[in-house]
Parts: sequence; C-alpha cells; structure tokens
Amino acid sequence: MNTTLTARLRGQVPLLVTSVLLVAMFSVGSIQYEGFFSGQVLLNLLIDNAFLLVVAVGMTFVILTGGIDLSVGAVVALSTMVSAWLVEKHHWPILVVIPLVLAIGTGLGWAMGWVVHTFEIQPFIVTLAGMFLARGLCYTISVESVSITDPSYTAMAQTRIPLPGGTFLSPSAVIAVLVAAAAFLVLHHTRFGRNVYALGGSEQSALLMGLPVARTRITVYAISGFCSALGGVLLTFYMLSGYGLHAVGLELDAIAAVVIGGTLLTGGSGYLVGTVLGVAVLGLIQTVISFQGTLSSWWTRIVIGALLFLFIVLQRLITARRHT
Amino acid sequence: MQQPVLEVRGLRKEFPGVLALDGIDFRLFPGEVHALMGENGAGKSTLIKVLTGVHPADGGQVTMAGRPLRITGPLQAQQAGISTVYQEVNLCPNLSVAENLFIGREPRRRGLIHWSELRRRAEASVAELDLDIDVTARLDSFSIAIQQLVAIARAVDVEAKVLVLDEPTSSLDRDEVVQLFTVMRRLRERGVAILFVSHFLDQVYEICDRMTILRNGRLEGEYLTRDLSHVQLVSRMIGSELADLKSLAAESHRETAAPEYRSPFLVAEKLGRRGAIEPYDLTVRPGEVVGLAGLLGSGRTEAARLLFGADQADSGTVRVNGHATALRGPRAAIGHGIAFCSENRKAEGLVGELTVRENIVLALQASRGWLRPLSRTAQDDFALRWIRALDIRPGDPEAPVRNLSGGNQQKVLLARWLITDPKLLILDEPTRGIDIGAKAEIQKLVAGLAEKGMSVLFISAELEEVLRLSHKIGVLRDHRVVAQLANDGSLTPEHLMETIASGARR
Repeated sequence: MNTTLTARLRGQVPLLVTSVLLVAMFSVGSIQYEGFFSGQVLLNLLIDNAFLLVVAVGMTFVILTGGIDLSVGAVVALSTMVSAWLVEKHHWPILVVIPLVLAIGTGLGWAMGWVVHTFEIQPFIVTLAGMFLARGLCYTISVESVSITDPSYTAMAQTRIPLPGGTFLSPSAVIAVLVAAAAFLVLHHTRFGRNVYALGGSEQSALLMGLPVARTRITVYAISGFCSALGGVLLTFYMLSGYGLHAVGLELDAIAAVVIGGTLLTGGSGYLVGTVLGVAVLGLIQTVISFQGTLSSWWTRIVIGALLFLFIVLQRLITARRHT
Repeated sequence: MQQPVLEVRGLRKEFPGVLALDGIDFRLFPGEVHALMGENGAGKSTLIKVLTGVHPADGGQVTMAGRPLRITGPLQAQQAGISTVYQEVNLCPNLSVAENLFIGREPRRRGLIHWSELRRRAEASVAELDLDIDVTARLDSFSIAIQQLVAIARAVDVEAKVLVLDEPTSSLDRDEVVQLFTVMRRLRERGVAILFVSHFLDQVYEICDRMTILRNGRLEGEYLTRDLSHVQLVSRMIGSELADLKSLAAESHRETAAPEYRSPFLVAEKLGRRGAIEPYDLTVRPGEVVGLAGLLGSGRTEAARLLFGADQADSGTVRVNGHATALRGPRAAIGHGIAFCSENRKAEGLVGELTVRENIVLALQASRGWLRPLSRTAQDDFALRWIRALDIRPGDPEAPVRNLSGGNQQKVLLARWLITDPKLLILDEPTRGIDIGAKAEIQKLVAGLAEKGMSVLFISAELEEVLRLSHKIGVLRDHRVVAQLANDGSLTPEHLMETIASGARR
C-alpha cells in the first residue's frame, strides 16, 4: 500500500507545487505592496484573464490526449474580427453573432481534429496550418482594427456584478468560471472525459479496449475550437474591437498555463484545477510586476519562461521515476 | 465427448507472398488450458490474430458453441466471447485499476460516472481472482505481473468464454508465474477455455491439458499433454526426427581441439538481466568458437546483447583480457574489440538506402569518430577488398544494399565488422533465411576467422550448424543457460535436443 500511496502523491506533485507557488506569490505581494492584499485584486485576476482561462480549458482537453493546438490565438483573433465586422458593418444582433462565431470556431477545431485523425498527421503541423489560416482570414475582413460601439457589447464590457464586501466581477469572468466548472465535470465525471485520459495514456490500448478513439480525438479539437471562439467573444467584450493582431502568442500562454498547472505534455495526466491555477499564476506574475511599477512588462515573459523550464524539468523527473 | 466451445476448420490466411496458415483445424473445450505450440514463424500469432479479429481470415470456418461465427474486429470478437491478453499489457497505465477494468462501460448515474459503484464492482472483480490491491491506485504503480492479472480480470469480466493469453509469462518472474497459474486454474474451474501461448516448455507442461502444434503454417497435430514427452514435443516443433539429425551430424565434425591453453579473452560471471536472461557464466578464449543453442526465444539473443552492451546487465561482471569492465553501451564494447552482427539485419544492422561501400565502412568510421573521415580512396580500398574476400555479389561497391540478396546482405554486415578487426565477433543467426550455398560459405568463413585467432560467439537455431562450428556449446532454455557442453566429438544433435528439452531447471 505504501508504494501506491507515494505513486498517487507523485501524480499530484506538480499541482501541489503550483498551489504553493501561488500562495507564496500572493503572500510576498501582500507584504511588499500596499493594497495588494484584497479580494478585488484576486477577482481582477479572473476578470483580466477570463479569455485566457477559457482558451486554456480547451487546450487542457487537447493536451490530455497527447495533442497540441497552436491555432487557438488565431481563432480568438478571427472571432473578435468576425464579431466586430458583423456587429459594426452589418448591424447584426449580438444574439445571432455570438452563436455564429462559436459555430465557426467549433467547426474549425472539428476540421483540424478530423485531419489529425484521418491522415494521422502530427497535431503540431495541422494546427499550425489552422493558425495561419485563421490569422489570414482576419485580414480578408480588414487589415485595420475595427472598434465596436454597439450598445449591447459596451454593456457587456461595463457591467459589474456586485459581490459582498464591495467587490465585483464582470460577466466574462462569470462565463469563464462556468466554462471551467463544466469542463471539470466533463473531464472527471463522464465517459467522454475518461476516454480523453485513456487516449492520452495509450492510444493502442484505447483502441483494443474498444473505446471510440476517432470520435474522442476529433471532439477534443472541436472543444478547443469552441473554447477559442468563446475566448474570442470574451476578448471582444474586453477590448471592444476586432483586430487581426489581437491575441498574438496567446496559444503559447495557454500552453504555458496548462503545463504550469501540472498537465503532462505527453498526455494522460493532469487536472482541470491545475489549469485554473496555472492561469492564476500567469495573471499573478503580471499583477506583481504592475504593482512593482519600475519593471518593464517584459519581465512577465522572463518569469513565465523561467517557470516553464522549472515545470518541464519537474515533469521529466516525475515521469522518469515512474518508468523505473 | 462434450462440444468444443470454439472450433476452427480449414482456416487459411495468406499474406503477400506467404501462406501463413494453411488449412488449420483447431478446437478448444470449455474448462481446459490449451497450449498453442510451434517455433517462431509457425503461425501461432497469425492464428491468434485471426481468432481475435485483428486479421480477417481468407478461408475456413469458425464455430462458437456450435454456431458459425464471423469475426470482423477486436471489439466484435470480444463481444462474441473471445477475449485476449497480449504480451504487452494493453491497458492505460495512467488510469486507476478500477477505470481500466470498466472504461467504456462505467456505471453511470444521471449521466455522470457513478464512482462509488465503479469502485465496488472493481473490488469484486479483482477479489474474484484473489487479488488484494487498491483499485483506486494508478495501474502503473503496480508490477507488470499485477497489470497482467488486471488485464485478465478485464478480459474475464466481459463474459469471456474463451481467453487467449499470448506469451503472458515472458516478463514475469517465478513467483509471479505461480500467481498467474493460480488465476488460470481458477478460471478453468469456472469453465473458461484458455488458449495459452508460451515459449517456456516447463510452464506448458505444468498448466496445460492439451496442446496443438503448428509447423510452417500447417497443423502438426493435437495431443494430450500427458501423452507427449518433452523430446517428442521439441522434435515435432522443429519437424525433424531424431534419426535424421543423427545422420547429419555424422557427416562432418569439427576436429580442432578447443584452445584451452590460451588465457581467456572474455570472462562473464553471473551476468544477467531481469526478465531477459538469468545470470550465466561464460568464458571465451582467443580462437574459440562458442555456440549458443536453444529454441527461438530461449534467451540466446538476450545473452549476447549483454556482452555487447546493447542491454545493461543488472547483475554480474565482465572481464575483458583480465580487466574488469562495465560494458556501458555498444561504443564501449566496440572499444574493447567486440562486434555484434544482429539477427535482424534489416532493422538493426544495414542501412538499405546506402551503398555497399557506405555500409561496409560505417562501423570503422564510427570507431574513428566522425571528425576523422576516411578518404574516398581508403573507402574504395576497403570495400573492394572485402567484396572480393567474401565474394559479395554483385561486386559493385556502389549498389544500394537493399537490392542485394539476404546472404549477400549478411556478408556486407560481416564485412562491416571484420574491417574493425574485432577480437570477439558475435553472430546472431547469421545464416537464417539465406540459401544453402551462402550458408556454407559463412560457416567456412567463421571457421577460418577462428583459426586466425578471432573469438566467435555463434548463435543459431540449427543444431547441426552449431555442432559443426563450435568448440563449446552453451544450451539455453527458458531464458537460462542450462548446460555448457564441450564439443569433443562425442556430442550429437540428439544430445543437444535432449538437453534443450529436459535441461534441468532449478
């Protein structure tokens, strides 16, 4: 029993490290800077990173199967662009635009998943192609940034949902929390979710055990596409514009958040909670640097880079020990 | 007599250019453990793959409990009641034991997985096999043996009438095998028909009631285990009667006495690797040919790979020229003058796209380091010299190696190692799959090399060939060196075969 206990703990080491890191960063920030220790600072983390959280949730599904989705940032940009264009130039109602955008994202993801599965091509290259495609499509609409003045969008941007203690959340933040909760339920408590883990653990075994491998793999990319499109919608609320250069490099932030959250890039191991914590760590780094005031915002990148190194080495050590 | 649960009549399976199964009849009764025996290439795995739906059959009928059955795929075979546990555990290492048992058919409540019910059922299912393990722990936190039992538990749980176990014991140690057998006996009592494939003869005799022997894709026969002796079994698998082998041996015998007086080039003591080869001792003297005999899969290659550093030994020591050395890898072994011609010349040896010349100089170039390239003239020189010496055909150094016949490819591989001037040459099945003429040439070459002082470790499934060449023969069985016999002229293939068949275990 002893061995199984340590083995089980080992799987959760990355999650533990991330939690400790989060608490430590928040404590240091609270001691160092006045006004840091407040509920609103924490809630702002969620408000400012709502779109990243949603995108990272989709990425978690893909990475758990052992795949990767590089197209997410571009799909986010395309979603902002399509939204802005339809709302501003064609005056479509928001209730038509958002479902349409979500459908486009899901369709793109589904198509990439289909290509990955049917032709057995590495997801890296397929989603790279998807990334160029989506980014390129933005410029067929406009090469300029399209700002949004539609009242329903500005309302979404400005609404504050009051919480006890004088704090508040934005509608986007609430949506992000709901998405994360739904994803948690799906991943950990449905057959589809467990098939995702099985696929990441061993595709060969999953096939021989009679699991629907094709459907699972394609659905995972469709989910990522859906989450990217939804992330795009949330980013549109946040920026109130559509632009082909929105969310450049977002795919890398999302991957970083998932990995820092303890999900193995090889697939099959990780928790959705980890991704939430990973996004929080990324957000907190930014918050600390903005509170610090003199450091350039590029330091965010440097810290994320260092952390990523640390976590990848940690993952390596854990998987290496598991195999001996 | 009761009705067989599974019956196969006239099963045929063809692969491009090979008739893998030629009219196989086969039956399996409920509540028996049935061994499927045969050498590699006899058609065992093809038969299993047809029965489990991996390959479609090209002809013949399968009936299950009297009703005709068409097997269309792994899932359908499972649903029809034929479950398989493969040699490599086909479960998901990252999931819990409970999930592995029930994934795809988890109990649900309101659309969500009912975890406590899942756990309860999983515990019942492993308890059925007398396993006491924590079903919520990850599968890979358990040993391979336990994982295999979990795979069996899963297979049995899907209402299997027929359970196919393909080489389940090959990575288990003795105690784990005992545990597996206990489970197998329990299932047999429950009326499950078990098809057991194993290279380990002792195990087959320990657990099986009946056996079917295949040879070269044909049915050799079906026997009750108690009616067939070890030696009879081996000779039926190999396909030659003892008398035939005897006459072959008489025709030529190696005269040269073993060069006992020279100090050994290599001494291995208690060298072993868990799951591959049990610890063995071996001494190789300069100019000596040491043969390794045994059935395919008896651990011959595994023993040799340790001496080349291709696998790491986990026990024992090796001394080369009297100095203790750790063979950390092939590079270190090459540095000590050890060369290894692999059994699998296509996958592990030659680079098909490169030319004969490039293949020949590959090892020499590697041992010099890539910073000191051999000049083109030197390369041509070497290539031509060895093409002539070994009579490689076609004699064109610029021909791509993949266009050469098997025997000539083998010679190119030999040439590659011979130009590095090794002290010990390990030849793993150098004559397999090549024609009789090339075979004789390679045998002659080996004898000639030994006379010039090179040590040779010669691995072959052909007993007569081993006898003709070797000064000393190590006999392997069940991943263990069971005997080392001096080839002093009195040794016959019959002796060897008996040693292989009955070699004292324990």
